[in-house]
Formats: sequence, structure tokens, C-alpha cells
Amino acid sequence: MRIKVNDKDVELADNTSITALLVVQNVKMPDMVSVELNGAILDRKAFETTALKPGDKVEFLYFMGGGDGIAPSAIKGPLAPTYRGDVAD
Amino acid sequence: MPMSLTEQQIERYSRHIILPEVGGKGQAKLLAGKVFIVGAGGLGSPAALYLAAAGVGTIGLIDADAVDLSNLQRQIIHATPDLGRSKVESATGKMRAINPDVTVHTYRERLTAANALELMKDYDFVIDGTDNFASKFLVADACHFARKPYSHAGILRFDGQTLTVIPGQTACYRCVFSAPPPAGAVPSCSQAGVLGVLAGVIGTIQATEALKHLLGIGELLVNRLLVYNALRMKFRDVSLRRNRQCPLCGEHPSITELRDEEPPVACALRADSLHTDRHET
Repeated sequence: MRIKVNDKDVELADNTSITALLVVQNVKMPDMVSVELNGAILDRKAFETTALKPGDKVEFLYFMGGGDGIAPSAIKGPLAPTYRGDVAD
Repeated sequence: MPMSLTEQQIERYSRHIILPEVGGKGQAKLLAGKVFIVGAGGLGSPAALYLAAAGVGTIGLIDADAVDLSNLQRQIIHATPDLGRSKVESATGKMRAINPDVTVHTYRERLTAANALELMKDYDFVIDGTDNFASKFLVADACHFARKPYSHAGILRFDGQTLTVIPGQTACYRCVFSAPPPAGAVPSCSQAGVLGVLAGVIGTIQATEALKHLLGIGELLVNRLLVYNALRMKFRDVSLRRNRQCPLCGEHPSITELRDEEPPVACALRADSLHTDRHET
């Protein structure tokens, strides 16, 4: 099936969960990501039990903090922003 | 208001006044406007400079830090001769040089749950230019309880994002990010960097939102997160809606009073952040 992740087409096996999607998308630090499914923020506790359907629109929204600093390559993935560290101060 | 503009002010603000959406009335609103900027760093620098230039009559600036050499790559309100000076003092000098019409209130201290509501109570709009998650959540929470519209933003490497919030009416920061990431998710303080100009792009958008709010024109950046990537040179809008389960503004909020989140990790603390002194200039 095909869904959209951050506005890009992604091919997935049927019934893929959000947790599995985070793995497939190579998001290494899911704690740093909020997930929006079809316009609504999804409770983190529902990641495991939420199965994606064809045509779903998923947004990974990344924490962008400040000088706390994220270690290089903390989060990777083709659709991740170049999320390595942050200095918003 | 209505406040009459002096001849000098009419000339200084002529490019504003000529805009039908602003005019003399709008400029008077800006001169009567009060904006509180949390952090005189990367985001706060362009915001403070442009708001001062625009003639926002009262600008509050809070920051506990002193100017460090590594700040100057992006914190454009500070200059090399300012090294070691308090950021709020350094920033105030530039703002007053740009525009003596502006009253700058400076607070050389950290924003905390204990002082936030009192500090922001007289302001019309708040700009979050903070440098850590604990402070970003504190700004969001304080603005919720104080019912102050605010502009949230973050930048890292080549990415930036920003969102304007009208508390109680539009999606808030906690609607999207319910709580700071666990401490273990922030593995080290090694800084991976940020392209300095990102602070200018995003901080200037925050200033734009403050001006629009004071003028009462246009559409604020509410219910959508504006996400910017400098390498692809793309802006993207992510639609947001209020989250019923939001711990702050949802149906059954778990946060019912202002409190501090986990303090910033140790290396973000500096000796000079322990000093507290306030100035009004």
C-alpha cells in the first residue's frame, strides 16, 4: 500500500503499525518525534496498535529545541530533517 | 491612543505609514505595543532588532547569559566588543541605537515558573527565542496561563520550524509535543551546529507575527507548523488542530498550574546564569 510521510510517497506492507513505520523509516530516536496521522496528533501509547491504511497521511514532527544538543546521527532516515544537533539559542 | 506622531516619527516610519494596512493608526498601535522576548540569542537577535526598528514601543528582554565568542556566528545583535557583557545589556545598546523611541526592559535572569507570569503580564505578545526544551515548555505553559499569544520556534542544522499560538483558541506547543523528550533521548551536549542564518530566517518570521498581532492584520501562523529546510530551500506547512488530549489545553488537562520542567542539562548551565539583575532603560 502507499501512504504519504511528510508529503512524500512511501510503499509499505499492509497493516504496518506506526511503531513499524518509525523502524522502516529508520527513525532511531522515536522519542524525539511526534506523529500526526491524517491531521491529528497520535497518542504515543497508540503507536503500536495503530495500523496504517492506504492513503494515510503521516507527518513526523521533530523536536527542535535549543542548546541541549542532540548527538550527531541521533535520528536518521531519508525523510528526517538533518536532525543531528540543535542550537536555537 | 490615538497617539500623534512627531514629524521625525512620520519620517522614520514613512515606509510603514504609506502601507494602507498600517498607516498612522497602525504605527501608533506599534508604538503602544509591548512585546516580551525570551532569550537574546539567535532567534531573539533579529526579532529584537526588527521590532525596535519597527517602533514597537516597549520591548522586554530576558536572558541570564553573557556574550560568548561562539554566539557571534548567529546572534547578530551582539558584536565582538560585547564579549563577556551581559546579553541583555549588549542587546539594549543596539536597540536604542536603532531607535530611541523604544523602551527596553531588561531582565538578566532565567525565566522560571516562579517569575514567568509576573514578568509577562503587561506584554501583548511573547516571542520564544529560548535555547532548551525546558524553557520552551515553560514559555508555552506560562503563555497559556497568562493568556498571552506567543510565537514558538526552533532551529537546528539546516532546519527551522515555527508556530504561533493563541492560548485557548489554537493548537498549542503541547498539542504537538506533549512533554519534553526524556533525558536519555538527549545523549550529549556535543553541538552539531546550526547554519547561523537560520536564526535570521526564523527569528524574523517571529517578529513578523508579533507585528501582525499588534496591528491586527493578516492571518497569524496558527494551527499550522511552518517547517523550513535551507538545503532544499523549501517551506512546508503542516496543518495542526487542537489536541483533545493535550495536557495543557485539552479536555482533561493534567497541567493545572505553572511548574518548571526538568532543568536544562548541566552543560547548558553557566556560572553567569546564576546572577540576577534587572534594568530598565
